[in-house]
Amino acid sequence: MKTRVAIIGAGISGASIARVLSRYENLEVHLIEKAPDVGWGVSKANTALIHGGYDDDPEKYPVRARLCIRGNRIWHQWVKELQIAHVWNGALIVATKEEDFDELEKLLERGRKNGVPEMRIVEGDELFHLEPGLTKEAIGALWVPIVGQIAPIPAVIALVENAVANGVKTHLETEVTGIKVENGEVKGVETNNGFIEADIVINAAGLYADKIARMAGIDYFEIHPRKGEYYLFDDDVPGPRRVLFPTPTPVSKGIVVTTEVSGHMMIGPNAQDLPPEEKEDFATTEEGLREVWEGARKLWPNLPPKSKVIRTFAGLRPEPTGGDFIIKAEEEVQGFINVAGIRSPGLTSAPAIAYEVAEIIQRDLGVKLVEKERWNPYRKEITHFFMLPPEKANEMVKRNPAYGKIVCRCNHVSEGDILEAIERMKFIGVKTPSVDSVKFRTKATTGTCQGSFCRPRIVQLLAREYGVEPWKITLKGRGSEIGIGDVKALLRGDEA
Amino acid sequence: MEPMPQIPMLSYDVVVIGGGPAGMAAAVKAKELGLNVLLLDENDYLGGILPQCIHPGFGLHYFKEELTGPEFASRLARRMVELGVEYRTSSRVLEIRNYSDLEKVVIFTSPAGVYQAWAKAIIYAAGARERHAFEIGIVGDRVAGIYTAGEAQTLMDVYGILPGKEIVIVGSGDVGLIMARRFALEGAKVKAVVELMPYPGGLARNVMILKDFNIPLYLSHKVVEVRGRGRVQRVKVVKVDENFNEVPGSEFWIEADTLVISAGLVPSVKKLKKIGVEIDPATGGPIVNDRLETSVPGIFVAGNSLLINDLVDYVAEQGELAAEAAKEFIDKGGIESRNWVKVEKGENVRLIAPHYLSGDRDVHLYLRVARPMEDVEVRVPEIGKRLRLPVVKPAEMIRLKLKAEEIQKAGEKLTVEVVGA
Repeated sequence: MKTRVAIIGAGISGASIARVLSRYENLEVHLIEKAPDVGWGVSKANTALIHGGYDDDPEKYPVRARLCIRGNRIWHQWVKELQIAHVWNGALIVATKEEDFDELEKLLERGRKNGVPEMRIVEGDELFHLEPGLTKEAIGALWVPIVGQIAPIPAVIALVENAVANGVKTHLETEVTGIKVENGEVKGVETNNGFIEADIVINAAGLYADKIARMAGIDYFEIHPRKGEYYLFDDDVPGPRRVLFPTPTPVSKGIVVTTEVSGHMMIGPNAQDLPPEEKEDFATTEEGLREVWEGARKLWPNLPPKSKVIRTFAGLRPEPTGGDFIIKAEEEVQGFINVAGIRSPGLTSAPAIAYEVAEIIQRDLGVKLVEKERWNPYRKEITHFFMLPPEKANEMVKRNPAYGKIVCRCNHVSEGDILEAIERMKFIGVKTPSVDSVKFRTKATTGTCQGSFCRPRIVQLLAREYGVEPWKITLKGRGSEIGIGDVKALLRGDEA
Repeated sequence: MEPMPQIPMLSYDVVVIGGGPAGMAAAVKAKELGLNVLLLDENDYLGGILPQCIHPGFGLHYFKEELTGPEFASRLARRMVELGVEYRTSSRVLEIRNYSDLEKVVIFTSPAGVYQAWAKAIIYAAGARERHAFEIGIVGDRVAGIYTAGEAQTLMDVYGILPGKEIVIVGSGDVGLIMARRFALEGAKVKAVVELMPYPGGLARNVMILKDFNIPLYLSHKVVEVRGRGRVQRVKVVKVDENFNEVPGSEFWIEADTLVISAGLVPSVKKLKKIGVEIDPATGGPIVNDRLETSVPGIFVAGNSLLINDLVDYVAEQGELAAEAAKEFIDKGGIESRNWVKVEKGENVRLIAPHYLSGDRDVHLYLRVARPMEDVEVRVPEIGKRLRLPVVKPAEMIRLKLKAEEIQKAGEKLTVEVVGA
């Protein structure tokens, strides 16, 4: 008899849990997500950092402090197994005033307590050797070599592809409407697509983890969104080599200046607390972006002109009551596990959270986990034409001419890459074709022109492969269709 | 730089990058001059942006006849085929390498594979891209229904998709105005054209479109924010003062499902920058001499990669000039170095090209003013040249012909200024 597990939320936490649980013979794992694709919630818009684990106070936030450093170590292995784009470039937490050193000493001390290796304070020539473009106001920095960056949505996609390859079932566009509890035990999950039976329900619902918990009768915490805004610059703008933080304040790690994995300089985020009900407010604001600009300029005085901005965006971090991660089996509802309040450093901690959940299932729910005889830890990254050396490219083109044809001119994404992305969308159960699903897998539309040349061509490919009319292709799921009908629809009076 | 024995090699006199009007005119002329030419274009069809420009207004100078975009493109394409110009579509340039003056390599990919095309000269005619919503600082929700004008045009006129029914257009340049008409003709409601400047940005004949279709024009206004869930629902417009600062309390919302951005074009020159071609910040294109040769010998540029043109006829003219120059370059082993006359921007000249003149030939200078003026003279004081014009506008490029003997009188530099007559 298999134990049926329902994971609510296919973000970085839910996907990591699905992957870890896919290893066990006696679990049947269902991954439930209301969006049309995975990784579109909290995981979508953040600083994409694999943090060093030095800034969470183990007294105040013991779970964060413990899981962050553990997560960092596991990511070093997972990025290889799952072929996730990454860079281990290290971070500098920069002091510009004498009194900042007190804070840096505190972080150093805390980092040592949390088990962070190789940290030290650097000054003078060494500092500017590590980061030549840093503000001349800098007088020292805490150097944390284990900090890195990954591409967060591609990471979720990689995890889910691997989980599905190992037998996990996905339910996309499936919104949880209720949790069925009988005699203090969970029995399953009610959704807009019917009932999903489960012996264990794992609540990894991000911003909505409080709402899901309340469906099971658990209401001791609330999640409010904290908005952060970002700028992304064109890839010909020289950015820093390291991740640059200012010396943190009690509320925030501060505005980061970095060069993200695909080579674009990025600055952000600010931090604006929103009321709990504003969980859909992903709008950027003039004030927020101005704050980011001013903040970033303190570390990186040579900010490019605004004409080099290729994108601005906002993300919401789920701030829980109490501030620490809530990861536990709830005693009053047998089989219900909360993975809630996974704010920063959630991306870093995700793999550690997943192992923690496996342990909770075994230790607290008494399910003895039996490893599969054959479990595949590996997942092959999608072909990126722009990364192929020419002779490799020619081998690909010989097999399939679509690989020789460039669709996204800014990033050299080929038609072959896009067809592969569509295949992989179908593999994990993406039903509603969207340009964003292709974008997150291939990087098409993310370059200098922001898709104005390639989006119409991607729409054609999606329409063909999914067998729908091109105007019904969406940007990011239902309600975001590319058009309202064919070009004569209004004149005929029969718009879609 | 490494040679690449692994990739199939082709060899030509000239490789033309880009199959729009500049590239096609260049390829035709080069072939007529007896050069061995290859033209590369990334699209599945020749013509560049022209096949989606289904409106008339093309060709009056070049073909002495008014044509639509597709007609203009097909005439050049037909000429290419008649002459037997070799061309490859669906072929995207990955990299340009400059080994020496007469040894250049264009690495491109195509459905037949990745190739290296060796050439003595390159004519770069890759066009321009449009500025997008993020670049002009629009904040708010990142939703469906935000298109550049060119993208909306591609959707409608290449793929037959209608993007929306209630439209706000940012920018009153030609492309924005033409798209306003296009949407109106298909039954959509164009609710506003919003222009940052205190005057419209397009050619007078296109500004007429607004009257014809009863479309409101907001001058000295800008769109600052978009809101919606999934799709655009409304856009926020605000008035600006003469310094382009927002006027407090002047904001208002327009309900719309589509926002079309027509905020200007930027020459596509990234690949040229990578090999060290010097760029003029005013035009956004390369600094060139009167052969349209860039700062890298043997690399010529024409069309919207050189500077943003408002007539396709000038674009084609530049293509021909670049081809003639490539011929001279190959025959003589280089464009002779000399004491070039430097062209300088004077009063009310925002941009001008070419930047250096030889004095051994007549040239057309292409320039734009910074602000509109009535009853002006375009003057070149060093040579006493004057051209009287009833009106000048930033939207309308001025083409000023200088004769070789005039340029010879100039000395080290000549200044072009636009002043009251």
